[in-house]
Amino acid sequence: MIDALTFIFTIVLPKLLQAIPVTLGLTVVSCVVGNLMAVPIAMARISPNPFLWMPSYLYILLMRGTPLLVQIYLIYYGLGQILPGTWVRHSFLWPYLRDGFWYAIVALSLNTAGYTGEILRGAIQAVPHGEIEAGKAFGMSPWLVLRRITLPRAIRICLPTMSTETILLLKSTSLAATITVMDVLGTARWIQKQTFRIYEPLIAAGLIYVTLVFILTRLLNWLERSLNKDRDRPAPSKSLTTLGNA
Amino acid sequence: MPDQQSAWSLLAYGDTGWGDELLRGLALTVQISVCSYFVGFCFGLLGAGAKLHGNRILYRIADVYTTLIRAVPELLLILLLYYSGTSALKAVLVGIGIAGEDIQISGFAAAVGALGFIYGAYMTEILRGAILAVPKGQMEAARSFGMRPPLRFRRILFPLMLRYALPGMGNQWLNITKDSALIVVVGSVQELLNAGSTAAGATKLYLFFYSVTAACFLFLTVASMLVLAMLEKRVNRGMRR
Repeated sequence: MIDALTFIFTIVLPKLLQAIPVTLGLTVVSCVVGNLMAVPIAMARISPNPFLWMPSYLYILLMRGTPLLVQIYLIYYGLGQILPGTWVRHSFLWPYLRDGFWYAIVALSLNTAGYTGEILRGAIQAVPHGEIEAGKAFGMSPWLVLRRITLPRAIRICLPTMSTETILLLKSTSLAATITVMDVLGTARWIQKQTFRIYEPLIAAGLIYVTLVFILTRLLNWLERSLNKDRDRPAPSKSLTTLGNA
Repeated sequence: MPDQQSAWSLLAYGDTGWGDELLRGLALTVQISVCSYFVGFCFGLLGAGAKLHGNRILYRIADVYTTLIRAVPELLLILLLYYSGTSALKAVLVGIGIAGEDIQISGFAAAVGALGFIYGAYMTEILRGAILAVPKGQMEAARSFGMRPPLRFRRILFPLMLRYALPGMGNQWLNITKDSALIVVVGSVQELLNAGSTAAGATKLYLFFYSVTAACFLFLTVASMLVLAMLEKRVNRGMRR
């Protein structure tokens, strides 16, 4: 027991701490890219034009209906096999495309875009109609209404769901370990192979993930509170408060 | 990508194609999902019971269980539980004398145990919420009829709880079919993704075989969604809307 603890604290944890930036990098980049991609996907999803909503529906179904691990394999092994034969081999992109890290970013971003797109769709449809009508009555163009009213309101409405999604994303970044990325789990598995110890590296990695999730939860809660500051005031009626948190 | 002719021969049934391996993989994925869903449901009921029982120690244990399991990535938990679960179960079985020293825990059982334990934490929260959503009057009515606790659970609480739990439980089913693919990392269970990887590696047609694997998972998801929609209708029959 003592031996295992000293092993964890002197050898495993210092190595795993160095891998935290990789895990956080995967999380932050694919969170930003995925959420940005989700906006046009959600807009297309609620459009009455079948050439817009059908591809978007199919995309969301594909991303949510297949395991992330299969998507990662498909992109890493599938694209990794096709790309060297094309012009990409001699382009400036090539140095990046030999690294599993960027494939993981692509897969995680595409996946997040699908999940968040669906969440955002629900939130956009939940924006009270009167607010959009008020914008129109002010003579705002559709684009301005979207930018100033619909999107900011929708994002506030789905913020709690988005926080859960971000936590799930942080946990899913560990799948990158299967395509040679040295994130926290990847490093733990490397230590396993080097030292022939099965449990200690995994337990230490688990501790790190628990800590990261805890910190991220706090951070997202704070963000939620500060973005919804004007809603902290006692609401006039109960139905309005539930609307804000829907 | 292979051309159309060879694509069909690659997916043929028998020695020349990979169709039978993939189909068997799909069947095993379904089996793992069903079994671990059941195990998870049992853990979930236990966890929800412990959280609602009122005993502080039981509550603490269940709380640590749900918090820890839900904060750690599933992949890491599967790696951890697969090996530790196997040796722990072996030690217990040998210890109480049911089995000899040479017993082997199958990969299937270890995978089901690990996935079930993980999903039990998620189901605990869903079932807890569902039990709390059952109107108090229903349970009081059962008590005033003189029903004993087991009968109350079986006739009133459980069926009513299912109604509130179904949306969440349906999501967990969809998640468990997808998360069963993570078993591929331990390598000893020939489920769908493992079969797809083997085919892809052997033929070097990665894009093709991983696409086929994804299509199989998509089929499973869409079929499950249809069944779940039907179930939801059935459980909510007689409900005012």
